[in-house]
Amino acid sequence: MSEDLPAETVGETKATKEAKETEAAREAAGPLHAQQAEESRAAGAPKAGKSSRSARAGKKSGAAGATKGVKADEKPVEPVAPLDWSNPLRDPQDRRLPRIAGPSGLVIFGVTGDLSRRKLMPAVYDLANRGLLPPGFSLVGFARRDWENQDFAEVVHDAVKEHARTPFREEVWQQLAEGMRFIPGDFDDDEAFEQLRKAVQELDTSRGTSGNYAFYLSVPPKFFPKVVQQLKKHGLTDAPEGSWRRAVIEKPFGHDLGSARELNALVHEVFDPEQVFRIDHYLGKETVQNILALRFANQMYEPIWNRSYVDHVQITMAEDIGIGGRAGYYDGIGAARDVIQNHLLQLMALTAMEEPAAFDARSLLTEKLKVLRAVRLPDDLGAHTVRGQYEGGWQGGAQVPGYLEEEGIDPASTTDTYAAIKLGIDNRRWAGVPFYLRTGKRLGRRVTEIAVVFQRAPHSPFDSTATEELGENAIVIRVQPDEGMTVRFGSKVPGTSMEIRDVSMDFAYGESFTESSPEAYERLILDVLLGDANLFPRHQEVEESWRILDPIEEYWSTHGKPAQYASGGWGPREADEMLARDGRSWRRP
Amino acid sequence: MRIDLTDTTASKINKALVQGRRAIGTPAVGMVLTLVIVTDEENAYDSIKAAEEASHEHPSRTLVVIKRHPRNLRDRTRSHLDAEVRVGSEAGTGETVVLRMYGEVSEHADSVVLPLLLPDAPVVVWWPVDAPDDPAGDPLGALAQRRITDLYAVERPMETLERRVRTYAPGDTDLAWTRLTLWRSMLAAALDQARVPVTSATVEAEADNPAAELLARWLEARLHVTVDRVITDGPVVTAVRLGTANGEIVIDRPEGPIATMTLPDQPPRSLALKVRSTSELIAEELRRLDADEMYAIALRGEAGKETPVHV
Repeated sequence: MSEDLPAETVGETKATKEAKETEAAREAAGPLHAQQAEESRAAGAPKAGKSSRSARAGKKSGAAGATKGVKADEKPVEPVAPLDWSNPLRDPQDRRLPRIAGPSGLVIFGVTGDLSRRKLMPAVYDLANRGLLPPGFSLVGFARRDWENQDFAEVVHDAVKEHARTPFREEVWQQLAEGMRFIPGDFDDDEAFEQLRKAVQELDTSRGTSGNYAFYLSVPPKFFPKVVQQLKKHGLTDAPEGSWRRAVIEKPFGHDLGSARELNALVHEVFDPEQVFRIDHYLGKETVQNILALRFANQMYEPIWNRSYVDHVQITMAEDIGIGGRAGYYDGIGAARDVIQNHLLQLMALTAMEEPAAFDARSLLTEKLKVLRAVRLPDDLGAHTVRGQYEGGWQGGAQVPGYLEEEGIDPASTTDTYAAIKLGIDNRRWAGVPFYLRTGKRLGRRVTEIAVVFQRAPHSPFDSTATEELGENAIVIRVQPDEGMTVRFGSKVPGTSMEIRDVSMDFAYGESFTESSPEAYERLILDVLLGDANLFPRHQEVEESWRILDPIEEYWSTHGKPAQYASGGWGPREADEMLARDGRSWRRP
Repeated sequence: MRIDLTDTTASKINKALVQGRRAIGTPAVGMVLTLVIVTDEENAYDSIKAAEEASHEHPSRTLVVIKRHPRNLRDRTRSHLDAEVRVGSEAGTGETVVLRMYGEVSEHADSVVLPLLLPDAPVVVWWPVDAPDDPAGDPLGALAQRRITDLYAVERPMETLERRVRTYAPGDTDLAWTRLTLWRSMLAAALDQARVPVTSATVEAEADNPAAELLARWLEARLHVTVDRVITDGPVVTAVRLGTANGEIVIDRPEGPIATMTLPDQPPRSLALKVRSTSELIAEELRRLDADEMYAIALRGEAGKETPVHV
């Protein structure tokens, strides 16, 4: 996914990018969530009677989640105040008042990068436009550019105008622009960090940010140590009494278990584990959060959500673009590390996990970890995993190069651009149900979906000719694009003879809650400022995911070569054979 | 597409809706609520437009009830119903039926509306003008979970406000209250930061502004202080001052969309606090379909002594 790329890398290689790919990447994050409370209530609208109660409960547990983090590191998140103080203007009954982040500021490292311009700055503006940022919110940019504050403001202005989701409003912009600062400098430039420290202090007095800052490291991972050390050295990570300092980091979180542990140790040395927010923008997506609503707020799905009814689960994330200008980042990493380790395993965990005790970060972590720990790899990795590389050819009417012909790629590279693996989950609910995870570049179209495929009916009173065209029932959660859900089942074809064919029943977010879905980054940035960690994978999950993937990567590095597959198709023949061995086949998403 | 029906009935309209949807190729759409707009011909256009814009957030079936008063006596006694069915691009993301009622049928609008409500989905009634004295007791209002009135659209807002206090039923809401959400959330945010008890309060606004009165009552109910009402030139609410032991908390919006927030011992900050359009207000209203208890509390003010039990 190109938008996952650390921002500076993208920025540097931007020139080599095809316009098409930028476009695709821009769409990639897709629309998402509003103030969680608000939207879930809109969703519950048809059953107005009950929704009020559950919505209130949701809000309460959200608050509990926020304070939980506080207890763990024994630092109050809110400024000092009498302990029994509660804001008389707030009331759980008053659900019009949005969750506004407390006084705070955001410092972005690598602010000139693509991600920052395309996603972060517009998200900050959209939040401000929706009135969710605190008065006095400040945005500090840090990068290697010879800019003044107003140059920075202009860059943000352009980024916002081009990429923001909500209409541009001068008054909102003014409010935001007053709190913008820019610090030019390198990451090993002590003077620049000293300047940053002063800027932060100045903002505390001039804007009232109360010492609360989130540091967004939108930089390649090799710079993490440097930046983190510099922050520590210059006292930027020492939160004054009663305030917080948080770190926001983007993937990749290492390239195997060892390196992930190293990285975590490094960051945790400076920031409390509870104060480190790892962005997996998929988790900010409406549909992904809806997996939990679908499963745990409804009665009709959970009874069949187990091995007695489910035949298997397919989780797919396909991209129609190649690696674009990301050769330097991608080669040696590959699809499995880039996508399966984080996005797909997270989607799998949410699909397979047990009901959490509450909707808060700790309970979610507990359940996700339980599932990840129960994951079992197939005994024969050769028969149940497949990797591939795209060949040159024609895709969607355009001629495209093969992976080995891409600029900057070693013609002998064995990096996978396609990966498919089969996993089992050893627990009572899922024993014997395979989870097939696949991802690839230059596939038929851009799509991410979770398909829960059900067993066939144990007995059919209809004769076999009547059910010839009947497939397996399935619930498909479409994560992107066209967020929504499809239920596939058999239905009688109109006419005199008895003939049963598959039909789809569709729920689309675009139909039921158009336009109000915020971008994933909006939601995630707001959650960082609120200290709500529900949607952020914790370091234990990251390490557990590497534990799952490492043996596969190891096997691949010593056995054979990636299979070649035609661009614009649905992956190598070997992947089809892999499922055929189990008597199954991939869905065409 | 648009289908015109003259001298029609609800069942013919239902048939036309199915026909219209078939014709544009969407046999079923995920509409989440039925919005009934009761208005006169003069305000119909703007109301429908606002509802269509709001429907981007909440796809809905919009039923517009227009009661016509024909000029000549013969037409006045002849009771009939005309309908205009709009689906597809003409009706935002949902479908719209404009119902024009002449003569006696306009006294029985609920009999036309009831068969046209979406199955299972909640019903919202909105009177852009001429809301009944007792919204919940109105035959159309009785069909709805939520009843939206607008104190800005009445001649004597303060008198009407008192009447609303008397007739309040759960599910009632008013756009004058909706207009306050930004103010209220900024005040709550200010207090989040100041974290001190409030000892006095002042609301400054133009004369006879119902929103200002609701704001003052809300503050009284929540802060348990007497709120001074100061009359200014407007527009609408211009400032709120909260007195505390440490100094004054002020949100000041003399004009335009930019307000200034001042907290004790802190630098002033500017805030975007704009006056929102009707469609935005309606969209906000439609987000919640259960009773707005805080509105009830604000409506009654301190007099009701209705402090919520769980703070």
